[in-house]
Amino acid sequence: MSGAATLPATAATARPRRNYARRYVWFVVPAAIVVLSVILFPWVFTLFMSAHDWKIGGGHSYVGLDNYRKLFTDDRFLWSMARTLYFTALAVIGPMVLGTIAALVFARNFPLRGLARTVFILPMMATPVAVALVWTMMFHPQLGVLNWLLTQFGLPPSMWIYDANTVIPTLVMVEVWHWTPLVMLIVLGGLASLPVDPYEAAKIDGANAWQAFRHITFPLLMPFLVVALIIRTIDALKAFDTIYVITQGGPGTSSETINIFLYLQGFAYYNMGYASAVVVVFFLIIVSLAGVLLWARNRAKDL
Amino acid sequence: MMRALEKIGFALTVLVLVSPAATVFLWMLSLSLKNELDNTAWPPVFIPSPPVWDNFIAVFERNDFLLYTWNSVVVSFTATGLAILIGVPAGYGIAKMRATRAAMLILIARITPGLSYLIPLFLLFQWLGLTGTLTPIIVTHLVITVPIVVWVMIGFFEGLPAELEEAALVDGANIWQAFRHVAFPLARPGITVAVILSFIFSWNNFIFAMVLAGRETRTLPVAVNNMLTFEQISWGPLAAAALLVTLPVLLLTLLAQKQIIAGLTAGGVKGG
Repeated sequence: MSGAATLPATAATARPRRNYARRYVWFVVPAAIVVLSVILFPWVFTLFMSAHDWKIGGGHSYVGLDNYRKLFTDDRFLWSMARTLYFTALAVIGPMVLGTIAALVFARNFPLRGLARTVFILPMMATPVAVALVWTMMFHPQLGVLNWLLTQFGLPPSMWIYDANTVIPTLVMVEVWHWTPLVMLIVLGGLASLPVDPYEAAKIDGANAWQAFRHITFPLLMPFLVVALIIRTIDALKAFDTIYVITQGGPGTSSETINIFLYLQGFAYYNMGYASAVVVVFFLIIVSLAGVLLWARNRAKDL
Repeated sequence: MMRALEKIGFALTVLVLVSPAATVFLWMLSLSLKNELDNTAWPPVFIPSPPVWDNFIAVFERNDFLLYTWNSVVVSFTATGLAILIGVPAGYGIAKMRATRAAMLILIARITPGLSYLIPLFLLFQWLGLTGTLTPIIVTHLVITVPIVVWVMIGFFEGLPAELEEAALVDGANIWQAFRHVAFPLARPGITVAVILSFIFSWNNFIFAMVLAGRETRTLPVAVNNMLTFEQISWGPLAAAALLVTLPVLLLTLLAQKQIIAGLTAGGVKGG
């Protein structure tokens, strides 16, 4: 929920009548209690656990930073990190490009636009597990409908999720299918807010459609594209449901991203201390990538 | 001539954009209505002739599908109801106080991977002896629903004109009455959006129930995933189960597309 629409309004206005405003604190208290107990408490407790050797069923003992040291010499973790970045790069670029194109299409008026738009956003509303099941069936190397489609176009069949080389691009394809609509909606929101005047001026000056897009639409759309980029990056890093249902990290460990590694450490091997250290490192990765993108946006604004 | 070509090109673009989404859902429907022979035929059979209901019957006969449906209903409705109860006033308070920092805290909830809440909460629920009940699942679903509701409501209350409430305050109402009788009724459309989104993302959630649910407390996504593990090749029942799980959400999307698009465009909400 990055708030292109809401946050700036809050930030822009100074706090008027502070004491008057403070009376509204009571409205926030119940939610604050919930947030503190189910969001903040886990955080503090995770930090605590990450400094312990903590096995479910066994005891726990203080080990300081050992879990972190172990993590950065654990090849399996380092590979999962590399895979996560590879997956994320592809799963950000795809939806960004396709989502922007789709938004430009859906911003125009055409017959059945409402229906087409609804069908287009269905993937992001559908239950990920249910959809992942259908994809799994479509990826079947012998009987799957996707290989049949490939042969219709004269292409060789693919092993999809059953080959270490194709499994991540295949999972990216599912992710692109899933989340392109979210990018489309954010960019579409941006397109709806564009002023009309610059286009009229450009028309008078004799600009063609591409020039108008390149020099007017694109720069004005930039803030929305950055919001979409940040949201997409965070979501791609966090991707879990579809990867877990479709491959569970396999074949071997060739689609084991950080999130899958984290799940296995915590809930398959019950290394709670080690898994907590993964959580902390994982969160830092997410925050720093999001931070870099925000910083880049602010710099771009100043130029 | 050029205009006509342009129109055809545009229509083709729309078709290309929409077809991946349509294909997957239609294929799900097709698999669920065919017998096992047709489902594993090569070349694939696309149109079930005649369509059979056996797969749907099998889903209900072979699994405790009704129990899992009931679990999902209880979890999603309770988590959404509680989120509305505490999230709507919170959104109002944050909007009134212009509390940017509180809003940022909600953003942190959005950034954090769902799994990271689960390790400590899993241990906590064990200590409290709550495993095997629906309570842990409902509580963890608040992690998704509360931020969605608060976020949508902040945006909504900030957009409401303040004059009406101020008039009520001048007339001697206290801030609670101003909220209850002036702002709350005006916020109904916003609350509708919040309810729909929060329900959908709670219904779709997989990871919390997968870790926390026992045999009797599985939600639908978990139950369906288990079917995949145990019934590798029986595609018909699998597709039928998948369709049943996601159908309520798809119907809700079709019925309330306007509200959903408005809510999602405003802030890129997504749960989990």
